[in-house]
Amino acid sequence: MYVRTGLWAAGLGLAVAIAAGSAGAQTPKRGGTLTYVIPADAPPSFDGHRETTYATVHAAAPYYSVLIRVPPDNPASTTEFVCDLCTEMPTPTDGGKTYTFKIREGVKFHDGSKLTAQDVATSWNYIVFPPKGVSSARVSYYEMVDKVEAPDDTTVVFHLKRATNAFLPALADPYTWIYKKEILEKDPHWFEKNIMGSGPFKFVSYEVGQSIKGVRNPDYYHKGQPYLDAIVGIFADKQSVRVDALRADRAAIEFRGLPPSARDQLVKEAGADIVVQDSDWNCGNILTPNHKKKPFDDVRVRRALALAIDQWKGAPALAKIANVRTVGGIVFPGSPLAATKEELQQMAGYWPDIEKSRAEARRLLKEAGVEGLKFELLNRNVDQPYKFVGTWAIGEWKKIGLNVEQKVVPTGPWFSNMRAGTFDVVLEANCASVVNPLLDTGKYLPAKVYPENYGQFDDDKSVELYEKMQTEIDPKKQRDDMRAFEKHTLDTMVHEIVLPYWYRIILERSYVKGWKISPSHYLNQDLANIWLDK
Amino acid sequence: MTVVAPNPAKVLSEETLVRERTPLHLALDFCRRKPLGTLGLVIVLVIMAAGICADWIAPFDPEENDFNAMMQAPSLVHLFGTDQFGRDIFSRLVFGARTAMLVGFGSAVGGGLIGLVLGVASAYFGGWFDLVFQRVLDVLMAFPLIILALAVVSVFGTGVFNVMIAITIPLIPRCGRVVRASALAVREVPYVDAARALGFGHARIILRHMVPNVVAPFLILLSAFVGQAILAEAGLSYLGLGVQEPVAAWGLMLQGSAEDYATTAPWIAIFPGLAIVFTVLGISLFGDALRDAIDPKLRDR
Repeated sequence: MYVRTGLWAAGLGLAVAIAAGSAGAQTPKRGGTLTYVIPADAPPSFDGHRETTYATVHAAAPYYSVLIRVPPDNPASTTEFVCDLCTEMPTPTDGGKTYTFKIREGVKFHDGSKLTAQDVATSWNYIVFPPKGVSSARVSYYEMVDKVEAPDDTTVVFHLKRATNAFLPALADPYTWIYKKEILEKDPHWFEKNIMGSGPFKFVSYEVGQSIKGVRNPDYYHKGQPYLDAIVGIFADKQSVRVDALRADRAAIEFRGLPPSARDQLVKEAGADIVVQDSDWNCGNILTPNHKKKPFDDVRVRRALALAIDQWKGAPALAKIANVRTVGGIVFPGSPLAATKEELQQMAGYWPDIEKSRAEARRLLKEAGVEGLKFELLNRNVDQPYKFVGTWAIGEWKKIGLNVEQKVVPTGPWFSNMRAGTFDVVLEANCASVVNPLLDTGKYLPAKVYPENYGQFDDDKSVELYEKMQTEIDPKKQRDDMRAFEKHTLDTMVHEIVLPYWYRIILERSYVKGWKISPSHYLNQDLANIWLDK
Repeated sequence: MTVVAPNPAKVLSEETLVRERTPLHLALDFCRRKPLGTLGLVIVLVIMAAGICADWIAPFDPEENDFNAMMQAPSLVHLFGTDQFGRDIFSRLVFGARTAMLVGFGSAVGGGLIGLVLGVASAYFGGWFDLVFQRVLDVLMAFPLIILALAVVSVFGTGVFNVMIAITIPLIPRCGRVVRASALAVREVPYVDAARALGFGHARIILRHMVPNVVAPFLILLSAFVGQAILAEAGLSYLGLGVQEPVAAWGLMLQGSAEDYATTAPWIAIFPGLAIVFTVLGISLFGDALRDAIDPKLRDR
């Protein structure tokens, strides 16, 4: 495992070094308008604190600042974080429980008002401790935070309940935009429909379902940036439209990721005019059985669902047609905390001998009295990779005699069905930003602890194992704890079935420079370091 | 003025001739007079036979993924090639015919029959019922078929049965309006008055005496509806709102991934596209010929 991780890290480092070297050889040029496509019809709202979708972050991140972030020129790093609004990364005090950030002076919001530590602390208090009636999607990320305060206009202090190495990666979350205190306190919902930040671009206009436009912020605090005069985000939820836009140079880049077929097609047609960046993706599909619905309350049935799926053969085949690639457990496969192949093969759904696995699945179904079970798989109306993965899973289940109908619904009903528990089995996704396994795996906890889990189960043992892992600071012991939590989740209880992780393929016109891929489509989206070589 | 009595021998021979026109003779006569219509009928029958006998005709399971045979070009093993999941396209087309016919005939017959009864009833009762009913039809007909079907699918959800409902509903007013026009003429004929005078109930008059007399335009409409329903099903599936994977359906086979592989594996899109074209063409040719054959005004054209 460590050899593989080392190789992965070395490869990533090499790629980054090459990329950085080649970028470094060119001096950024000022000017021009970047037109990019956003693979969505429209964001549900512009409030980053509330939303979890790329549609919001791709549309609105260029207009906001954050406290800290991953390095824009090395966003693939899982350990390095740099200041955005702060002046330097702090050294924790009080045994790792206090982080004191000094805030840049002279930063202005786009309305001309001064940004101070009060705005930063207030924004963070709304994220960590949302008042009644205010929705914050990441409350569980910051359960270690005890208090956030701004003793003066240039200082923000985070007091933690306990020391943890999960805090800084969580703090670098790209949705934690800094809002103006005055507006936030007057109307906490104002930012759902309006955009006003202190980021590299100033918001100009938004046409619902069509485009969002911004212009360069001349007062931006990172000297010389942004390089672009303007940005235009075009909403295009249909993949063929996005590919055509790139082909015809009506758009220069798409930041979420396109499938291998689009890559092959565009590279073949446009040759050197199209540049490809690719990366493992801290994102994957999960099959969630509804534990409150019979017969999925029976662990034998859930286990049979997992045992039917041939991940080892399916992943490389699917990689040819969909943006998925790597078999993994609950932890992003590139992380030191991830299971090795040998460890995975001990768990249901990863057995190396698929015939033996399916025979066991049939036996379990027979024992549970549900041979030939018929049920519905709820899926999201998004081609890549949801519908591909859903169709594949149904084909795998058919091999043990299950009769599964796929119910594909738009994103809104997909979420509402999951939240209401009105499904048999749902194909959902677990996507995170900064690779932070200790928090990313919170998704596998029961809903009473992690509201975004839709399995409708309660499991105190699961919570106990997770909490043990959170408080452990010895890396080896923490890894052992992660294995125990993973085995309990995927093998013993089969609360979820983790499917192959996604693979991110970004296509850009060759004149787009400065932007670097990361393992998350949420990261590095303020576009400040992009320039056009035209 | 001289009145010439008809030649009994000649009358006899024509009567005999009429008596001798069995369904087979009528069919042969149809084939001779309407070769294009016959071609259409043959196409429809072939597609129907394919759908009915899909289990015996299809060489592969249409829903079984075969990752060793992804996107293979047409060959002796896979006549029409394979798709991105390695599924045999010929087998999916054959089973897709079943889906198309089920939705096409199911929606057309369902929408047609409801429209027939409502249209005749509207003409028979007249007055306020007719006025209100026709305004309702006006509203429904203001929406193009596919738009109304989309609205219905968004309410009921996807799946074969819901798609059938979604297509049936827009067909009802289209049938009801045409049938009402024919029924208005039938309403005035003496046998309807005679039926009323005999004290027959409304249902009996409508179903036993009026409906059979508007069957000719109804059958013509029905043939057109089948084609429209198949196209609508393909359209809904293409938009991702119809039948869902892995069910074999022609529109679904054209959706999404077929666009992605249009240049690298064009057979994924070509064959389902051809299936839709030929089926709808066949139904249109047959329906057109049927209209000519049934409509007395057009019979000798």
